[in-house]
Amino acid sequence: MAKIAYRDAVRDAMSEEMTRDSRVFLIGEEVAQYNGAYKCSKGLLDKFGPDRVIDSPISEAGFAGLAIGAAMYGLRPIVEFMTFSFSFVAFDQIVNNAAQIRYMSGGQIKIPMVFRGNSGGGHQIGATHSHAPENIYATFPGLKVVVPAFAADVKGLLKSAIRDDNPILVIENEALYGRESEVPDGDYLTPIGKANILQEGTDVTIVTHGRSCWTVLEAAQELHKMGIRAEIIDLRSIKPLDWPTVFASVRKTHNLVCVDETKPFCGVSAQVAAEVQRACFDHLDAPILRVTSVEAPMPFSSALEDECIPNVARIIEAVKQVVA
Amino acid sequence: MTQKPLPTGAGVLATTQPLPDYGKAPELSREERLRWYRLMFLTRKFEERSYQSYQTGLIGGFCHLYNGQEAVAAGTFAAITDADPVITAYRDHAHGLMRGIRPGPAFAELYGRATGVVKGKGGSMHYFNVDKQMYGGHGIVGGQTALGLGLAFATKYLGEKKVCFCYMGDGAVNQGAFHESLNLAQLMKIPVIYVIENNMYSMGTAVERHSAPVELYKRALGYDMMGVRAEAQDFDLVRQVSWTLAERARKENMPAILELMTYRYRGHSMSDPQYYRSKDEVEEYRKHDPVEILRGRILSEGTVSEKDLDKLEDEVRKEVQESHEWALASPYPAQSEIYTDIYA
Ligand SMILES: Cc1ncc(C[n+]2csc(CCOP(=O)(O)OP(=O)(O)O)c2C)c(N)n1
Ligand SMILES: [Mg+2]
Repeated sequence: MAKIAYRDAVRDAMSEEMTRDSRVFLIGEEVAQYNGAYKCSKGLLDKFGPDRVIDSPISEAGFAGLAIGAAMYGLRPIVEFMTFSFSFVAFDQIVNNAAQIRYMSGGQIKIPMVFRGNSGGGHQIGATHSHAPENIYATFPGLKVVVPAFAADVKGLLKSAIRDDNPILVIENEALYGRESEVPDGDYLTPIGKANILQEGTDVTIVTHGRSCWTVLEAAQELHKMGIRAEIIDLRSIKPLDWPTVFASVRKTHNLVCVDETKPFCGVSAQVAAEVQRACFDHLDAPILRVTSVEAPMPFSSALEDECIPNVARIIEAVKQVVA
Repeated sequence: MTQKPLPTGAGVLATTQPLPDYGKAPELSREERLRWYRLMFLTRKFEERSYQSYQTGLIGGFCHLYNGQEAVAAGTFAAITDADPVITAYRDHAHGLMRGIRPGPAFAELYGRATGVVKGKGGSMHYFNVDKQMYGGHGIVGGQTALGLGLAFATKYLGEKKVCFCYMGDGAVNQGAFHESLNLAQLMKIPVIYVIENNMYSMGTAVERHSAPVELYKRALGYDMMGVRAEAQDFDLVRQVSWTLAERARKENMPAILELMTYRYRGHSMSDPQYYRSKDEVEEYRKHDPVEILRGRILSEGTVSEKDLDKLEDEVRKEVQESHEWALASPYPAQSEIYTDIYA
């Protein structure tokens, strides 16, 4: 076990898989000579050369489509979006091509590829640059979506995604790139579709993912002081979603608070709440509450932005209400 | 790294079609000339203050400075009127200041205050001033190219004989929306001029690494469109070529690409180590400074004394300092503002 930064875990995963399999290549804006806008591909150009670490012009639809076409032909591309907010320029390629072609070809074609990159708000980069799009992409059958919160998970999940035969979105977060955490030594894979219990507890289940995991862990310390024992589940994978782990926890604690950075309307937490009330209706002691981003575009001003994504105060408020 | 072309004073360097001869742009009065010089100098000082404010943590997020490119916004704007719509990308401080945004609300926006030009909701990348037909600041590269087309379409639809100047970086020529817009513009005869501010780099990527043809005005060839490449450190040269294309757009509803060769002195945004270019290259360009060139020209014309220009510059410095202080003393927006302006 060594402690490494999230961005280095991203780089290590790509590096190991590119070493393992010559069909894996990386394409995106500023990924080669600039080492990535967020330095997630540092050193890869030197190691693998310009045929496999490719700087693209600002042509998201073009290079995403290029990668999908290459995957149809048997390569295993990794597309980096500087942020997933820019993936919307390539939205048609992802949702109409990557997601649908296997089905429409009657299973003749597979699309083994990864779209990865930064996402989320909290950095004062405004409404167009702050999207948390995991719920949006998760609505398309044919796509898988993972949102790792820790260095070990991003490495293990990204490696699994690269080896998977489906189009997978690995959604990262700028706030996490610099954070260090323990990563196992050697070659390991984290299974896609498996949640992780970050902390065991008895009073309330908190289901979360991505950057919000860190916020929830912080809130849990405060809750602990108040005598509330929260069980924290990091979904890690949004599609597929690990329902058995979620249901088992709710059946144990009888309470659920969902916390995530997507919008409240049709967001990930809305999906979790709907399934849990169906599967665990008799076990619930209180209505399920959600702490999400707010129903507004992301404002620029830090004075407003901090209130727009889940924060410790809102999480504590919701938990207190549920266990009351 | 390939040698970047330095300005030669030639003005127009190349075109895809012969430029029509509408003669010289109307002379600017002494006052008008001074006004444009003042705006260029103001933009420079505003950006210098913004740079400092960023360094001291007063500004968060992205902040793309315009130093070195001032003659592009000034020269093109001076060729049209404030009734003609303009729209640009995120490097938009100059376009805002030169289209009526006061430096106070401009700083306040950078500082996220309620008194900001868009109430602290947009930040550096999203200056808007519709009163003076400035339709934004846009953060998604190339997204505004289709909007510029739409603004121009609307003016034609309403029979207004206007022209829309749509600004974009060199890197934005690689977006699909731009290509679709070019075809639509030429096909439908829409009076939009695409002003490519070619500052030689798209973030850390030099033009020759991001565009197959390095002469970006040639994008027009595929659409039978007028494409012009011109030098852009000299306000008067920029104004003349912009005026010709604007006249053509007004008279014939004909769109064009105007590729203006310029240079940014600062990094792409604020955390750019600039390994992709040499210090010498930047220094070479600083010798062709657009603010200095216009200053020298005005003095050589003899209509304004050096003393008067010094005075004007002192006034601007004072205005920038006072505006910065006013912005800093402004309140942050109320939490309730999160939920306003979402729907009309
Ligand atoms: C669709 C999209 N992709 C990527 C980005 C990130 N990005 C912002 S500016 C930029 C470079 C653009 O360069 P250029 O068009 O030359 O304009 P300049 O910054 O030089 O003014 C990039 C890649 C973005 N904002 N939008
Ligand atoms: Mg550029």
